[in-house]
This record gives sequence, structure tokens and C-alpha cells, in this order.
Amino acid sequence: MNSAMFIQHLLNSLTLGSLYALIAIGYTMVYGILRLINFAHSEIFMLGAYFVFWGVTLFSLPWPLAMLLSVVFTAGLGILVDRVAYRPLRDAPRISALISAIGVSFFLQNVAIVFFQAIPRAVYRPAWLENPIILGEVRLLPLTLFVPALSLLLMLGLVYVVYRTKTGLGMRAISKDIETSYLMGVPVNRIIAITFGIGSALAAASGIMWALRYPQLQPIMGGIPGFKAFIAAVFGGIGSIQGAVIGGLVLGFIEIMTVAFFPDLAGYRDAFAFILLIAILLYKPTGLLGARQEDKV
Amino acid sequence: MKRLIALCAAMLLALAGSAMAADNTVRIGVFLPLTGQNAFGGQLELEGVQLAHKKVGEVLGKKVELFVVDNKSEKVEAANAVKRLIEKEKVQAIIGTYGSSLAMAGGEVSEKAGIPQVGTSCTNPLVTQGKKHIFRVCFIDPFQGAGAATYAYKSLGLKKAAMLVDVANDYSVGLSNFFKKSFVKQGGEIVATLNYQSGDQDFTAQLTDIISKKPDVLFIPSYFAEGAIIMKQAKELGAAFKIMGGDAMDNPEITKIGGAAVEGFVHTTFPYDPSMQDMSPAAKAFTADWTKAFPGKEPNVNAALGYDAYMIIIDAIKRAGSAEPAAITKALAATKGFDGVTGATTINETHDAEKPVGLVLIKDGKKTYVGSITPEL
Repeated sequence: MNSAMFIQHLLNSLTLGSLYALIAIGYTMVYGILRLINFAHSEIFMLGAYFVFWGVTLFSLPWPLAMLLSVVFTAGLGILVDRVAYRPLRDAPRISALISAIGVSFFLQNVAIVFFQAIPRAVYRPAWLENPIILGEVRLLPLTLFVPALSLLLMLGLVYVVYRTKTGLGMRAISKDIETSYLMGVPVNRIIAITFGIGSALAAASGIMWALRYPQLQPIMGGIPGFKAFIAAVFGGIGSIQGAVIGGLVLGFIEIMTVAFFPDLAGYRDAFAFILLIAILLYKPTGLLGARQEDKV
Repeated sequence: MKRLIALCAAMLLALAGSAMAADNTVRIGVFLPLTGQNAFGGQLELEGVQLAHKKVGEVLGKKVELFVVDNKSEKVEAANAVKRLIEKEKVQAIIGTYGSSLAMAGGEVSEKAGIPQVGTSCTNPLVTQGKKHIFRVCFIDPFQGAGAATYAYKSLGLKKAAMLVDVANDYSVGLSNFFKKSFVKQGGEIVATLNYQSGDQDFTAQLTDIISKKPDVLFIPSYFAEGAIIMKQAKELGAAFKIMGGDAMDNPEITKIGGAAVEGFVHTTFPYDPSMQDMSPAAKAFTADWTKAFPGKEPNVNAALGYDAYMIIIDAIKRAGSAEPAAITKALAATKGFDGVTGATTINETHDAEKPVGLVLIKDGKKTYVGSITPEL
């Protein structure tokens, strides 16, 4: 392998990894506060992508506006899901909410299959995203720069919200002890709704980025990326925002480099990625950054 | 004992029945999905059969009678349909069907009864596997791999090939095996074989590796959704090689999803299309007859396969000089170079058709039928 090829692989893993990171942030944030694995995250991810491309193709909205509207819609949808499917189960055992989340995931996916049909749809990308920047033998996609930057920005924004705002204070209080938070006058339901709103907005943002990178829409498109991002979040230490970003990047790196160094084993790349993750988790069960309990948002 | 006697009696009666029927007419059964999810293809195939029957209504001086039963796109119905054709209508040969699972369900029944069955467009290798009396006029899926290899090596003069294979998909693995065998046998070299699994969306690692091996052609026997994404990523990574695929890429959406990235892509398909340039006399005659019989309706490959299924049975009866099921089976198995609408057809030892493979090129955002090629196996 020459150095140009290695750099190309490195750039490929940066793109894939930062997409995983972006999805993982949303997972980890909801988990960190509610101890709920929001399985519907993959479906919100898918809907976010569909909304943007409808905005652009059906209503001929400019890209930034379509993205903004999609993020707002999915945030609303997230709050609605919380109100309908999770809030009534707030006092129920945690497993009930988990099952409810799986139910919401299947429900949204099947509704999408009925209304959007199962056939894949093309995504029309803005021209400036289509053409790679050519640096010698290496090809750099504009998204390769854009997605990591966005992931970083959202990560910093989220850390700011959680640690520097009053809402964030409420979130951290709820994550420590929900009942005491009630007693102390924290508006628990409102804070949780905001959490779901932000989580869903993040899912939509990652869905949009994913669809720009892999330009195809399908009702089941959230499944595998969502699953991988979940693994990344656990690997980084679920509940930790920085951990999710690191986990996503590491997973993308392992996936690409497995194929790069062992091309014959390309068909087993998921197996390798996950074996490594299992090994790391056996050694460090809380994930990379999940050790200090009080750091969880 | 009583049951055995009853069974023997029933069998004798059945034999007598079919022998009696055979005296004045040749009875051919047709089971196709005329309702349900596969109705569109089934209807076209039936019309193809009927067109052929109208053209050649007599064999060995006997009138040919068609018995049509709808299998309703359901496996249980398919088995019932064949049962009815054999037991009630006493047919000597059966045509059907569109849909591999339907052909398999019906095939079990005809195999047991020893009645020859000729499949129209059931392409799964399992349909004829281990069966004595089941045949088909279409080629099995993987066969196209050899067609793609022959076109790449012989017609385009490409000597180095790479493959990107979905290891979680039989179709993909089958096609790649046939491609490799044919390409290497002709003198070509496979420089890289990389795998992925259905559902993957990131192929950059595999493609970067493939690009570094500098192949002339990349064969991707994938489904069209993945195929389009693979081609987009290949283009983004600066791939300059030719890309080829199988008939799973034969979908009108491919140009929409793939856009400029699918330009120049070639995929294999069945060797008939009304827009094809170098039509054989048989195909020309079929197209003319069809347009006369169904004005305003385009013929397609399903109609052509229905037509061929009927004609190949008539051909077998002629060569056998008898319309007894056993004789038809024997003659069908010996079919060589039968001049069908979908090309010169030879039935091989697994009872599958070996025939030319059609090629479609995507040019200026449109699918263009470029011709057919006889694969080197």
C-alpha cells in the first residue's frame, strides 16, 4: 500500500466515522439523561433525510431552509413520540419504556414503508457536494471536511447546553435522580421533552448528512447505521458525548482499515469490527469515557 | 393390501385415461399467475403461449389443446393447479411458470406424476435441481455471469477484471463464480475479488483497494440500489474502469438513482427486447405476429419466453414422434440449438437453457439494448 492509498483510506474512515459519531451523539444524549435506549432514533434519522429531500424536490425550497425545516419537524416529532410513547411509562419499570421504544421504531418504519414505498429514491445533491477535490492521487470529498466539522460543532454545542445552561442543569439533575428533581421543582416533563427534541434534531442532522454521503433514501435506511452508531456510543461510554464522537471515529476507522489491510476478509468486516469492540468492552466494560459516573450528562 | 390394490387401480385408470386422451389430441397444460402479485408477468407469458398455439395448433397430425389454470401467485395454488392439470385434464406436458417459488411448488407435483414441465421465467437454480421431468427455457441467474465475462473479454477486449461481491446473497455469489470461471478460461485475469454484505452503504474501502489494482473492468453482480451507490462512490474515488452487472440492475430507476455515475454501465439480461437491432428471424416473426395480435401493446421478454416454452414442447413432440409424457421428457432433455425467439437454446444436463445473453448499455441516461452474446462456459 502506498502513502496516497493510505491517506485515501484515512479520509474514507474519517467520513464514515464522523457520520457514525453524529448519529451516536443523539443516542448517547438521550441515554445519558433518561437511561433509555431510544430505538426510534434510527427512524427519526430516516424521516429527517426524507423531509429534506421532499422540501427540496417537492416544494423547491433552498437547501439551508429545507434542512432547517426538517430539523424543526423531526424535533417536534421526537417530542410527540415522547409524549405518546414514553411519558406515560415514566414510572413504569425501565424495560417497559425500552419495549415501547422498539415498538415506536417498528411503527415508524412500517408507516414509512406504506407511505413512501420500499423502493429506494434518488437524492439530488447540490453541485458543490458532487465533485471531489483532487490532490494528486487522493480524492477529497467536500463532505469529508464538512461532516467532522459539523459533528465537532454539535458536540461542543451540546456540551455547552448540558453544562452551561439552566436547562442543562435540569437535565443533569434528572439523570442523577428523577424523583428528587420533581421534589426540587425541576420541570421534569418539559426538560425531558426538550431532551427528546434535541436528540431528534441531532438524528435528523445525521440523517441528512448520511443521505448526502450515500445518496439514496429507503424506509429501512436507518437500521444499520443506527445499530452501528449505537455500538459506537456504547464503545465510547454511553452517556458521554465526547465518548460517542471518539467511538464513532474508531468504529469507522476499524471498518475501513480492516478492508484496507485485509482485502480478502472484506466480507467479514463487521465481524472484525465487533470482535474488537467486544474485546475492548471486556477489558473496559463502561466504554472508553464512561468510567466516571458523575461525568454522564 | 386393499389400499395398494386401490392405488394400482387408480394408476391404471390414470394411465388409461391419458392414453385415451392422447389418441385424438395433444393436451398441454399451462399454469401461470394470472392474478396476485405476479399477474403482470404471468399474463404476458400466457399471451405468448397463446400466440404460439395460434401459430402452431397441430403436431403429428393431432390437434393441440391448451388448458390454462391460474396459480394466483401462491405456492399452494400452484401445486393445486398442476394437480388439477394432471389429474382432471390429463395433460401430457405442462408450461409454467413465472416465479421460481411457484415453479418449485408445481414442479414437485409434475415430477411425482412424471409429466414434463417447462418453466418460462423461473431463474432460481433450485427449480430444476435433482428433477427428472422439470425443464426451463430461461437460463439460470448465475449463467449471466459467463455472458458478462464473454462480452468483457471478447467484445470489449478487457483483460483484467475485478469483482465486488455481496457474500450474503446467492444471486451475487453465483454470478461472480460464473464470471470468474468464464473470464479466466478465456485467458483473462481476475486482479481483485472483494466482498461486502447486503445493506452496506460504504464501499470506499473496497473501491480504493480495487482502484489500486488497476483493473480494466469491474463486475458488480448486485441489486440495483447498491449497484448505483457503488458506481457513485467509484466515480467519486476517480475510478476509470468499465463497470458491468447482472439483470438485477435492470430497473428503470437505475438511471435516476445513479445519475451521471451509471453512464456507460453495461448489464446482462434476457436476450429479447422489442427495441433490439439485430433480431433473429424467429424474433422478427414473433414481434410481427405479436403486434398483429395485440396492437398497441409492446411484446416483452416474458411473452417471448412463454412463446418459446410452447414451441420447445412442440419441437420435442415432433422429434420424439410421440406425445407420451416419457417420450417428451426424453426429447426435451436432448434439445440442442432450438431456434427460439430468445435465441438458439440448448437444454444442458441440469435441464436449464443455455442460450445467448442480452446486453444493455446505459447511454445518455437511457437504457439501450446493444445485442446478445453466446457465453463461453
